[in-house]
Amino acid sequence: MIAHAIFFYTFSIIAVVSAIMVTASKNTVHSVFFLILDFISISCLFIMIGAEFLGMIMLIVYVGAVAVLFLFVVMMLNVAQQKNQWFAGQTTSKHIPVGLIISTVIFFEIIIVIGGWKYKPEIFDINNSLANTSVSNTHSLGQILYTDYIHVFQISGMILLVAMVGAIVLTFRQRSGLKRQSYIKQISRERAEGVEVLEVQSNKGVKIDD
Amino acid sequence: MIDIGLGHYLTLGAVIFSIGVIGIFLNRKNIIVILMSIELILLAVNINLVAFSIYLGDLAGQVFTLFILTVAAAEAAIGLAIIVVYFRNSGTIRVEEIDKLKG
Repeated sequence: MIAHAIFFYTFSIIAVVSAIMVTASKNTVHSVFFLILDFISISCLFIMIGAEFLGMIMLIVYVGAVAVLFLFVVMMLNVAQQKNQWFAGQTTSKHIPVGLIISTVIFFEIIIVIGGWKYKPEIFDINNSLANTSVSNTHSLGQILYTDYIHVFQISGMILLVAMVGAIVLTFRQRSGLKRQSYIKQISRERAEGVEVLEVQSNKGVKIDD
Repeated sequence: MIDIGLGHYLTLGAVIFSIGVIGIFLNRKNIIVILMSIELILLAVNINLVAFSIYLGDLAGQVFTLFILTVAAAEAAIGLAIIVVYFRNSGTIRVEEIDKLKG
């Protein structure tokens, strides 16, 4: 229990500090790295609490794919030296108190909801069926993911497909002045359009490429 | 304090959610950081779902976390593609100067 507490506080403090650094860091590349650190510590928390499949998926998806995508875009757009300043700008200073007020209100609303849960202790008496079963987390998740949630699973696959097609269509660019090999043109070339027989008169020569 | 329960995880989720909202509101320069703040918000939602799923013994929360992960990945890909196209067309992705997208 004490080890659980120590690990929880360690990982959650790392997560909160790196989340603050994501928004407060001046350099966008640093923000991406702090985002990676945040996802790693949260996935450690997931593994610790018993959702090891989701923790691993989080590592693979976020740290392996999404964070690298962010880093790639940041470096490609060359915004790394464009400093990320909070209080810069002439007309934007009225956003800052509004943003602070709204986020503190949201925070206290969520805290109040959590307090409501704390005063209904019978809600925790539901038996933890995960801990009682002998199968692993991944096994039981797979058992219900491919049976009860199969349609939602396939719809999420469709969402990924649509996102992939959309990203390709958005960023696809037809370049002009690019010379490509066209097999159809090469194969369907006839003798008549390629070779021309000329009568060359003496002392006149042949004009090529007129 | 030592007994780690559901409330601790929910509080962590609330803190990260609020930090994400603060990041969206206070960032005035770079739209990529706004996308990262949205990722933080989705992460906080995932924390809440997983904590409830573990403490109530219902696996549906973890399944929904998986789907949120899917949607978040798709959203990041589409958002970054839009940002790349916008940067190619207008040469800037500063939040103050983005006024071409109507609505």
